[in-house]
Amino acid sequence: MASDAITLPVGQIEAKPWVDELHQWLTTVDHKRLGILYIASSLLFLAIGGVEALIIRIQLIHSHNNFVSPEVFNRMFTMHGTTMIFFVAMPILFGFANYLVPLMIGARDMAFPRLNAFSFWLSFLGGLLLYFSFLGGSGLYGAGSAPDVGWWSYAPLGSRAFSPGHSSDYWTLALLVSGFGSIGTAINIIATILCLRCPGMKLNRMPLLAWLNLVMAGMVLIAITPLSAAQIMLLIDRYLGGHFFDTQAGGSAVLWMHFFWIFGHPEVYILIIPCFAFMSEIIPVFSRKPIFGYPVMVAATVCIAFVSMSVWAHHIFTIGMNSYANSFFTLTTMVVGIPTGIKIFNWIGTMWGGRIQFKTAMLFSIAFLFQFLIAGLTGIMMAASPFDWQLSLSYFVVAHFHYVIVGGILFALFAAFYYWYPKMTGRMLSERLGNWHFWLFFIGFHLTFDVMHIPGILGMPRRIYTYEPGRGWDTLNLLITIGAFIQALAILLFVANLIISYFKGARAGNDPWDAWTLEWSTSSPPPAYNFATVPTVTSRRPLWDLKHPEDPDSRYE
Amino acid sequence: MSILKVKSSTLRSLAQTMLLLLWSTMAAWAGEPKGPSSQGTNIFAPASTPAKSIADLSVFVLVITGIIFLVVFALLVYSVVKFRGRAKDAGREPAQVYGSTQIELAWTIIPILIVVVLFLATARVIHAIQDAPEPAGALDVIAIGHQYWWEFRYPKLGIVTANELHIPVSDPNHPTPTFLQLLSADTDHSFWVPELAGKTDLIPNHPNSMWIDPQRTGVFLGQCAQYCGTQHAKMLLRISVDQTDDFGAWVRAQQKPAVEDAGAIAGRRVFERNACMNCHQVGGTPADGRFGPDLTHLMSRATIAAGATENTHDNLRLWIQNPGAIKPGCLMPAMKLSDPDLDAVVSYMETLN
Repeated sequence: MASDAITLPVGQIEAKPWVDELHQWLTTVDHKRLGILYIASSLLFLAIGGVEALIIRIQLIHSHNNFVSPEVFNRMFTMHGTTMIFFVAMPILFGFANYLVPLMIGARDMAFPRLNAFSFWLSFLGGLLLYFSFLGGSGLYGAGSAPDVGWWSYAPLGSRAFSPGHSSDYWTLALLVSGFGSIGTAINIIATILCLRCPGMKLNRMPLLAWLNLVMAGMVLIAITPLSAAQIMLLIDRYLGGHFFDTQAGGSAVLWMHFFWIFGHPEVYILIIPCFAFMSEIIPVFSRKPIFGYPVMVAATVCIAFVSMSVWAHHIFTIGMNSYANSFFTLTTMVVGIPTGIKIFNWIGTMWGGRIQFKTAMLFSIAFLFQFLIAGLTGIMMAASPFDWQLSLSYFVVAHFHYVIVGGILFALFAAFYYWYPKMTGRMLSERLGNWHFWLFFIGFHLTFDVMHIPGILGMPRRIYTYEPGRGWDTLNLLITIGAFIQALAILLFVANLIISYFKGARAGNDPWDAWTLEWSTSSPPPAYNFATVPTVTSRRPLWDLKHPEDPDSRYE
Repeated sequence: MSILKVKSSTLRSLAQTMLLLLWSTMAAWAGEPKGPSSQGTNIFAPASTPAKSIADLSVFVLVITGIIFLVVFALLVYSVVKFRGRAKDAGREPAQVYGSTQIELAWTIIPILIVVVLFLATARVIHAIQDAPEPAGALDVIAIGHQYWWEFRYPKLGIVTANELHIPVSDPNHPTPTFLQLLSADTDHSFWVPELAGKTDLIPNHPNSMWIDPQRTGVFLGQCAQYCGTQHAKMLLRISVDQTDDFGAWVRAQQKPAVEDAGAIAGRRVFERNACMNCHQVGGTPADGRFGPDLTHLMSRATIAAGATENTHDNLRLWIQNPGAIKPGCLMPAMKLSDPDLDAVVSYMETLN
């Protein structure tokens, strides 16, 4: 079908000097190149954020440690959180969406290629602004460098009285600028999916990855806007004499909390829904079965999107809301567990009766299911607001959300890397290094984040640069730090795999996994135009139909 | 509600067992040596009604989520092991199954029922803790969070103190709970003493309240749980739960003005000549600052610098000489006193009992 390539005139494929190559990358509007730029810049920030995490962990290795000063420690956890959420998790998922959505719906590019490039460069500029604070943060006041207000920058800590200098301004501008980039990308994804599907690809034949990214993009539009509004209000407070969040002039600290978390909670689902999308593509292929309950998976995703818009205040159960508000947010938060549970059951239902192939991508996917289950259940514990009055702001909640973000999102991302790297580069990642990467990371992850729940139960608050001896926290923190270093080692193996396999990996061919969606019908890496002839599909698994003409999916629609 | 009653009564014995198990595990983890009278900070060792009802609810939730975990985990392991690809199947595809409405319905309805049960159990505890009326015999305390220390004011008793809260033990038959009004002087803080109650934030312009009724005496530890600035880590809390008589004696001692000791007059002069008095109050003297802790009865406290270190002669001297040596980034400045002045001020402080 669409796999035949257009033969280019010989003159056009001569090797170009590296300056030309660089120029092409910097000015590209190709969705695949922008996807790779998103992913590469996110990996850079992942390394930086990871080093910050290691500094935090070394400082906490035993009580009354003096590895870094409290000021530096506070900057580290602020930068770690901000970096990982805004400049790693979001852009890397946008990168995969950029790369995969047009290919999977049989389109030749995103709907607005230049908006796409603009959005990427805005996001990247946001990251540079954040890190420029190390140089420019003190302003004329000689006050600190990088922001040290936590990644929520709760009012009034972010106001001028408590954050003199410019460190908070860089934080604000970084989020504002990258937020505009996110909104641009979200508009682009929505327009692409709604308008550029190939002939025959009705909405109910779209790959789940496209469906879930459509839902994610809709959530970005709703969730990022209040964050951007709040950042603008904060700038007005800091520079134009506004008093939105300036408590010393009658402003409201609680207002900021609501603004932040009405963004912050949907944000969790903005990050996890694309990971659900990876799972919904990878698990079927390595189980050799179609996804179980496709319409239910779509419905559950839309349901999660709606409900997750009304759960934000479970992040602030301790701020003294009345018992009715606490009950309401308890209920909505528990309800969001229902469609999420349905998804887990459907993935297990997909594996049930299949012939599971334990490639590295599938190992990461199975670990995702296991860890996301636990993360969901600790989430239910904290949804019970009285339980949360104990657990909130403690290391238990830190363990919980790292279970979601590392155990869920990062494991899903690694699965996606092992699954789509052959498509992006034309080379297979080494399965042997992949296995080492998986098992080391799995062990390190569980050592760190399983253990981390316990100091929270024993009363250890988060964001403390040191702690008192004799509380029973010392041994636990030592184990957590050891686990962090094992994870760092595993990440190094992963990076080594990415680099070595790029040059020495086995040739991938068009379709190394015997998969069923359209991206595998074109060459690896795909040509700039993706498909020589625009494909036509008649079912959810066009390549299955092609490979099994005696028993095509289209017969069952 | 009847379903809930049945559920919770059948689960209660199971819950108690789980609780005991958890306690022993936690106690093992927390087995490092502690001070003789001080308690730990384990949320599963509650000593006050709010913490107790939370611990009970927590065990209930843990049991339910534990059962869910076991079921789903078993399904996952079974499907991974049972349906692993085998060499003999190479090249053949398994049966292509697209879904099943009955199964989808089952795994939608069961979670809904579980959510209903969990929500009702939770709502009951929310109401019991948050909407509890204040009895006549209750003690009122205003807790004010400062960067990086706690101010405690007893409005009906005319007492002001810092960092170490004294309250009477509460007999379940004649409860004398303590109701705290929570305010903040600067940024957000959070009042957390895990064995007495869940945490509640202290937010500027947003008064909050909470209550505790500790049922055993001793010193309960806690600390600020909401990030409040550079020295958030050393904003520690101590609650001394006293026998009713001891509490009464403590109140009478605290109500007195500061001791006037002629021997410490030199130190007092240094204190009042320097900026010390702009920030600190010493009852009955011109020193009436409110930016830092009240020092009227400083020597009645076991710790200084919001619990960062013990209240000994050497620590006190170091603290006054260079606060940054104990709490880098704290707001008390080093006054650069000469050694004679420093010794005089320390002697003066040591008379304030």
